[in-house]
Amino acid sequence: MNIMNKMDGSDVKMRDVSHQHYETTQALEHAAQQAIERRYENFLIVDIDSHHYENEAWPEIVEYITDPVLRHDAGHQGPAKPGMGVGYGSYQELNGRIIRYRGRKIEKTPPVPHRDITLMRRWMDAMGTDIACLFPTPMLNLSLSPDVAIQTGLAWAYNSWLCERILADEPRIKSMLYLPFLDPEACIKTVEHFAEKKGVIGFMVTSTHQRSVFQNGYIRLYKMLEERGLPLAFHSATGGEPGLRLFNKFFGVHALGFCWNNMLYLTNWLINGMPERFPKLKTIWIESGLAWIPFLMQRLDNEYMMRSSEVPLLKRKPSEYIREMYFSSQPMEMVDNRKSLELTFELINAKTQLLYASDFPHWDMDLPSTIYDLPFIDEAAKRNILGGNAQRIFNLEPIFSPRKLARREAAKAKG
Amino acid sequence: MAEIKVCSPAELADGAVRIVTVKNLEIAVIKHDGKYFAYHNHCPHQGGPACEGVRMPQVIDELDENGRLIGHAYDKDDIHIVCPWHGYEFHLNDGVNVSDKRIRLKKFDVIERSDGVFLSV
Repeated sequence: MNIMNKMDGSDVKMRDVSHQHYETTQALEHAAQQAIERRYENFLIVDIDSHHYENEAWPEIVEYITDPVLRHDAGHQGPAKPGMGVGYGSYQELNGRIIRYRGRKIEKTPPVPHRDITLMRRWMDAMGTDIACLFPTPMLNLSLSPDVAIQTGLAWAYNSWLCERILADEPRIKSMLYLPFLDPEACIKTVEHFAEKKGVIGFMVTSTHQRSVFQNGYIRLYKMLEERGLPLAFHSATGGEPGLRLFNKFFGVHALGFCWNNMLYLTNWLINGMPERFPKLKTIWIESGLAWIPFLMQRLDNEYMMRSSEVPLLKRKPSEYIREMYFSSQPMEMVDNRKSLELTFELINAKTQLLYASDFPHWDMDLPSTIYDLPFIDEAAKRNILGGNAQRIFNLEPIFSPRKLARREAAKAKG
Repeated sequence: MAEIKVCSPAELADGAVRIVTVKNLEIAVIKHDGKYFAYHNHCPHQGGPACEGVRMPQVIDELDENGRLIGHAYDKDDIHIVCPWHGYEFHLNDGVNVSDKRIRLKKFDVIERSDGVFLSV
């Protein structure tokens, strides 16, 4: 309901909150206000880590599985079966406290374009985001499957579906495609087949629990990406690590697990000399926040001074290589830590190496204002982190949100 | 100080939330267990619509006399407003954040009279 009154000559509007229906645009109305107040129409915003729930389009994706037995099984099994009994229930939803999770299930969208495109446009337009890199959600844990056929078959089907049904139809949505890391040859085939597809801006590894990144089987893959100028991203995920099974709460699994994954793979990447072997290959470390990076820099430099004989490929201190890598911002630690956050920005050379990420629609998403409102960086650095850095490393053509373009036109008309 | 009529006395069902917007100020009027509460509908964390989510009681870990965990319970005398964007929680009674007392939702007075429920702005 909407009731209108007057107070001091101003309209007084009223509306009742209902959880019986849900619309992303309404749920993010406050984000839209932030976008207007901060005049985001004046610069490009690129979100390098957003998600959809590909399980909602599972019947479509299954049709892209080429193996007939796997296709039949996938149709019956689905992509994931979460629940308390298997230890990874819907804890990301804070047990019903984050209402957009169940809201999304009842949100209405028109028959065309694809529902994922409509939902993406709604949140991107509200936040002031122009371009977003889209990743799956349940499939982040596909890398835990010990079955090569399942991992490669589902990854191929998902990538095919994503390119054909989503990326081909919306130039504002990009992706770094999923690599089936259990099978190095399948990774190479994936790059060969998909690298030139519309909207593909790199490739992504998640939760590489089965294999180490330094194995010789991956060398050709890294070389191919370097030659093509395509970044390799490592996206943390929750499951799999034996030590994390000792946690009884998602709080611990998430706080440590996401950092642990990236610390493990970055360290392995570095001490095996990958930055020296592939000096032009851009690596991006996603969804671990930032607080772990200064720790790792200090820790690895300390080891290096005493144990350089174990890492002869390294010509410089580990922190110097880390400073040349790229990091996504979310979930940025911002509680009572302004000094340490400022120091972290300095240590990682954030103005050129940090990439804004929302992780929307997940529970710990960050709005562009988390970067834009920082008091210790200047306007140019804010714009770089929010979009300029991503535009440069992915060589993106700037495509602005229609809502922002309209605001820009309106401002121009006003003079 | 001005008054805005929010509703007639029996108009809002228990559990209802009505958002009153004056200029750029959004105030959420919450009816809970027959009582009215009003807060700025703006989460101090990232600016989310703090009062448009669910309300949940304080969760309690129950320990026995030796400190062993014996189960969980809800304290229904301490209801929390849960921001739907990230789950920041605020005490319904005073708007103070559950994890950091320095953070709070701005509270507004609600006046109940025979002719209606009014917000003091």
